[in-house]
Amino acid sequence: MSQETEMLAALGLSSLDELFTDVPEAVRIDGLRLPPGRSELEVIRDIKTILAKNLTADDHPCFLGAGVSHHFIPAAVRSIVGRSEFLTSYTPYQPEISQGMLQALFEYQSYIAELTGLDAVNSSNYDASTALGEAATMCFRLNEKRRFLIPEALSWEKKSVLNNYVLGPKLEIVEYGYDPNTGELDLEDLRSKVDPDTCGVYVEVPNLFGVMDSQAPFLKKEFPEAALVVGVDPISLGILKAPGDYGADIVIGEGQSLGIDMNFGGPLLGIFACRQEHVRKMPGRVIGMTRDANGERAFCMTLQTREQHIRRSKATSNICTNEALMAVTAIVYLSLLGKEGLEGLAKVNVARAKRLMTLIGEIEGFTSPVFEGSHFNEFVVRTPMRPEKLNRLLLKHGIIGGLPLAAHVPRMDHHMLFATTEMHSDADQDALLRALKEVV
Amino acid sequence: MYRQAKHDRRLIMEHNGRSDFDLPFLRALNEEDVAVPASLQRESLDLPSLPEREVVKHYVNLSQMNYGVDNGLYPLGSCTMKFNPKYADHLASLPSANCIHPYQGEETVQGALQIMYQLEQALCEISGMDAVTLQPAAGAHGEFTGMLLTKAYHVSRGEDRDEVVVPDSAHGTNPASAAMAGYRVVEIPSSNDGSVDLEALKAALSERTAALMITNPNTLGIFENEIQQIAKLVHDSGALLYYDGANLNAVMGRTTPGKMDFDIVHFNLHKTFATPHGGGGPGAGPVGVKERIAPFLPVPRVVMRDSKYALDYDRPESIGKVRSYYGNFAVLLRAYAYILRKGGDGLKDASDRAVLNSNYLKHQLMDVYPLPFRELRKHEFVVSAKPLKDEKGIRAFDVAKRLLDYGYHAPTVYFPALVEEALMIEPTETETKETLDEFAAVMKHIASEDPEIVRSAPHNTAVGKVDEVYAAKEAILSYRAFKKRGAST
Repeated sequence: MSQETEMLAALGLSSLDELFTDVPEAVRIDGLRLPPGRSELEVIRDIKTILAKNLTADDHPCFLGAGVSHHFIPAAVRSIVGRSEFLTSYTPYQPEISQGMLQALFEYQSYIAELTGLDAVNSSNYDASTALGEAATMCFRLNEKRRFLIPEALSWEKKSVLNNYVLGPKLEIVEYGYDPNTGELDLEDLRSKVDPDTCGVYVEVPNLFGVMDSQAPFLKKEFPEAALVVGVDPISLGILKAPGDYGADIVIGEGQSLGIDMNFGGPLLGIFACRQEHVRKMPGRVIGMTRDANGERAFCMTLQTREQHIRRSKATSNICTNEALMAVTAIVYLSLLGKEGLEGLAKVNVARAKRLMTLIGEIEGFTSPVFEGSHFNEFVVRTPMRPEKLNRLLLKHGIIGGLPLAAHVPRMDHHMLFATTEMHSDADQDALLRALKEVV
Repeated sequence: MYRQAKHDRRLIMEHNGRSDFDLPFLRALNEEDVAVPASLQRESLDLPSLPEREVVKHYVNLSQMNYGVDNGLYPLGSCTMKFNPKYADHLASLPSANCIHPYQGEETVQGALQIMYQLEQALCEISGMDAVTLQPAAGAHGEFTGMLLTKAYHVSRGEDRDEVVVPDSAHGTNPASAAMAGYRVVEIPSSNDGSVDLEALKAALSERTAALMITNPNTLGIFENEIQQIAKLVHDSGALLYYDGANLNAVMGRTTPGKMDFDIVHFNLHKTFATPHGGGGPGAGPVGVKERIAPFLPVPRVVMRDSKYALDYDRPESIGKVRSYYGNFAVLLRAYAYILRKGGDGLKDASDRAVLNSNYLKHQLMDVYPLPFRELRKHEFVVSAKPLKDEKGIRAFDVAKRLLDYGYHAPTVYFPALVEEALMIEPTETETKETLDEFAAVMKHIASEDPEIVRSAPHNTAVGKVDEVYAAKEAILSYRAFKKRGAST
């Protein structure tokens, strides 16, 4: 007797169909109109053939950034993150059997706390854009005010996500401008827009233009009544001041740069940190340090009364599944780099960008960098032709060019954002420079 | 008997050493090329430095203090912890999958777009819906997207509906997602057989109702066999019917949300389509809709133009975006591989076996752990430890902890709240009869054990019972915070 027959017999049934008698006939279907199953060999072969149609940043120097960028990932990261015990576990609801994941996530929270200068960190949001949405609604929970200020120079995708996240509390999103010379925020404009009903001010360091905004550290003093939300690239924090040290109430960011593959844009890692006193208003899962029955150090999910499975419609957020494995990736990556490694990597990124932006600026027809501010690893170039056309020409030289900015910032039809990192050798950068000279 | 590894509990930042990480350019770095504004200069960075050898040792040891599906049975109800096939991980690890930037031109990502396009088609067939977006990052994110779509749909018809109805047995994400989208949540009680109470539903529906959110089978594993009446009531009131796809693993190839007249559905690819949960994520929560709601789906849509795949942003009625880029591609790819491998027949077979395993295990346990409500269940079931509590003082919580000692993950406990001392068990189709028999034997054995041993469990895990009250009271979420408190922990 087959196992199936045996199990059915134990239930007093003779066919699998009898397990579905509670499905009314009117809603039944007769199987799925999908091709029959295939062997593992065929599936791997077929999907590899499809994937081979993609051009990769491995084979073609890629100068795209704006949230996701190509960084070096030490082999040990994949080796550890691929461990079955991490990969195939669920949310650590049973802490005693899940200490490994819990401790790794606590260590992730600890590193992000150190980098951001804030004591409370959650164990991840989906990405930077949804972290921004959650940050705005948290500002409203902190002070019950409804105006939230964002830079005009912000990815349109983040703006769109933010608009959806603030529909619930009905926040008013107001944009402030940038200084056309420095690429930093326009403080006069910002002052004119912050009013007594302002719940928060959002600033990015580095910003969409790759500029490390020197005015960000003065915003809390300017607007003490509003919550200050700072968006970061965590690698830059190897050399940049911790936002918590200049008054940030919430720090968010895209953690993809911390050892996570670009993955065509997902999964990513939404960083979310806040001041300890605001922790009970924070969204998302957090891991806390505690002790076990024997008084030994242990970890568990905590402050769950903020969360949807307890608080339901009154929860601080609906988030349940998050990006835990990406947070583990980030902590393993940061551990491998260590203090000097992270600092060195940040410096290398600045230096690589400086070389490339300077050399592009020497090419007839290009203005580079467009802005005078200090750049991290991205910069804006004014191009002599439409950026989309330039990218098509660069592709013929085997190069994946920069990001046309027109979709993100008004009046930037001839502006492109280039990103360069430790992945680009001098030869890669020179290939771009040669191609730029040839195509104009 | 099972015994989990127990290693040194020092944090990575409590180790000392010297990092051997290196980069080109680093040694020849000219500090003059590294200009940072004076106001932004970092003053201190208190991070450790360790050689790769120490980092690898630390995290491999941590992994040994963690339990995944690959270690054994993980019957966590509602979470569909089925085996995650390795071919899917292999494909996601290829540079042609993971080394592509989301802003690359369409002509350079035809492979990725083809996979997304075909996955959308497959999900349409599996759900009986007309269009699918792959953008949402998780199930709850899909619910939130569904609520935004609901709002956009009603607004387009000039209607201002501000309430969403959910049963009291619903996943907590349902009311939370509806509230996040600005809806007032109306909870309705279940009927005395655990399904939606039609009278309570009728009373809750009005011209203010935007949607009813339900899962079918529901969280008790019971198929809502009055689904047609439910759909009619909801649609007659002008509201939409939302399908929480967390339990889709029960019904593939047997019925579809579309056939049941649902308007919007989210999928949990990390449940039904076997992608690994990663300790809590990443997941993927695609959303399927009927034609009349398709214009509102997030941008971009993956379309085919002149036999090439393209991203269409020109969708004037779209709700915009719910996250950056296009979704968790590495998860989407794994789900696509799983669907190809299984095929239409294989997916139906997966659901059939999930339901068989669930009913078989339920049958093995019922005499010791009573099953409230009707007997036929789908992919999961909820039994009660109430007799054990009354007779021996053993609660569902204690049974869960004791199971860890035997090398099983625990079921979901105390959910849904309408069952006292609830143990919510979902074995999935990937477990053998042998595994189920062994698990049932252990469950029964626990009921006969010395109550003191059970109540003080677990004994064989890396740590003993964890003090969750202390964790909440102290709220120490980082090493920084820990050091500030003084080393009292």
